[in-house]
Amino acid sequence: MLRNTSTGYGWISILLHWLVAFVIIGLFALGLWMTDLTYYDPWYREAPAIHKSVGILLFLAILLRLAWRWSNPRPVPLSNHKPWEQRLAHWTHVMLYALPLLVMVSGYLISTAEGRPVEVFDWFSVPATFSGYEQQEDIAGEIHEILAFILIGLASVHALAALKHHFIDRDRTLRRMLRSRTD
Amino acid sequence: MKTRTLTAALLATVLSVPGLAAAADYVIDTKGSHAFIQFRIPHLGYSMLLGRFNEFEGTFNYDEDRPGESSVEVVIQTASIDSNHAERDKHLRGEDFLEVDKYPEARFVSTGFSENDDGTATLEGELTLHGVTRPITIEVEHMGHGPDPWGGYRRGFTGTTTLKLADFNIDYDLGPASREVELFLSVEGIRQE
Repeated sequence: MLRNTSTGYGWISILLHWLVAFVIIGLFALGLWMTDLTYYDPWYREAPAIHKSVGILLFLAILLRLAWRWSNPRPVPLSNHKPWEQRLAHWTHVMLYALPLLVMVSGYLISTAEGRPVEVFDWFSVPATFSGYEQQEDIAGEIHEILAFILIGLASVHALAALKHHFIDRDRTLRRMLRSRTD
Repeated sequence: MKTRTLTAALLATVLSVPGLAAAADYVIDTKGSHAFIQFRIPHLGYSMLLGRFNEFEGTFNYDEDRPGESSVEVVIQTASIDSNHAERDKHLRGEDFLEVDKYPEARFVSTGFSENDDGTATLEGELTLHGVTRPITIEVEHMGHGPDPWGGYRRGFTGTTTLKLADFNIDYDLGPASREVELFLSVEGIRQE
C-alpha cells in the first residue's frame, strides 16, 4: 500500500520519514565534524560541499513529504493515546517539519550571504535571493547551529517517545512507521 | 607701491608665525570612502588573496613645518572584514582568526613619523589586533594635498606594512607560504577648520 489510510501509513510516507530522519542525523554529524576540519584536511572543501548539496536535496524531500501528507488521509492516533499525548505528539510533529526547514533556510542564508549561489553537486545551483545584510553569514550561522541542536534534541525526544510506546505501552505506534498494513 | 609693501609685510608676518598655516587636524574620509585598509596574503603560495576592512575611522595631524610631530590614530571594526566570500569571512571572524566577538576593534596609534626628501616617510606605531599590542612600521608615501572642488582641503597618504600572523596570536595553519599578511593603506584626510 503506497497511500496512507486513516489507520496507518503507506510505504511512501514510511520511506520518506526514515529517509529524512537519517539524512538529518547525517547532516548534523557532518556539520559538527566539518566545522572542526583544518585547512590541510583533504575534506576541508569537500565536506561542506556535500553538506550543502544534501541540505538542498533534503529541503526538496521535506516539501515532497509535506505535499504527500496533505494529499493523503491522516492516520488517526491510536485509541490508547491520551488526549495530552495526542496534542503533544501533534505539536512535536509540527516542529519536526518546521525546524528542519528553518535550519536549511538559515544554512542557505550563510552560503548566499554575499550573493553566491549554492551548488548542489555538479547538478544545479540555487541562486542567492536575500543577501548583503550586514554580517548575514554570522547571524545565519548562529541560528543554523542553535536550531540544529534544538532539532536533534526534539528528534531524540520523538524517538524516545516511540520506544516508550513500543516497549512500555506495547502499542502499534512505532510499528505503524516501520511497515505498511492494510487492516 | 605702498599697498604692495604692506601686503608683503603682512604675508611675512603670517608666514613667520609658526604653525599658523601648517599644523592641522584631518579626519580620515571614511564617510565618502576615500580611505581603504586592504590586506593580501598568499593562498597556498600560488596566488594572492585580497580583502579589506570596510569599517574604520581615524584622524591624523600633520604640520608641514614640523612633519616629525605628525600623529595618526585609526580604529578598525574587525567584524567588517570582507574577502568577497561569505563562508570565508565567517571563518575569519571566528575563533580560528580574529575572534571579533572578543576583540571587536583593532587600533593603530602612531608613535613616530619621519619624512624623507623624496616624499616617502616612515610611520611607527602600536597596532592592537586580536588582543595583542605590538610596534609596527608602516612605509608611507605622501601622495598629495590641496583644495578639493567642494571648498575643503584634503591630504592623502598611502602606506604598506607586513604583519606576521603569529605575532598577533593568530596561529591557524594556512601553510608555510601564508604566515604573513601585507597591508595596503590609503587614507585621505579632510582638514578640520
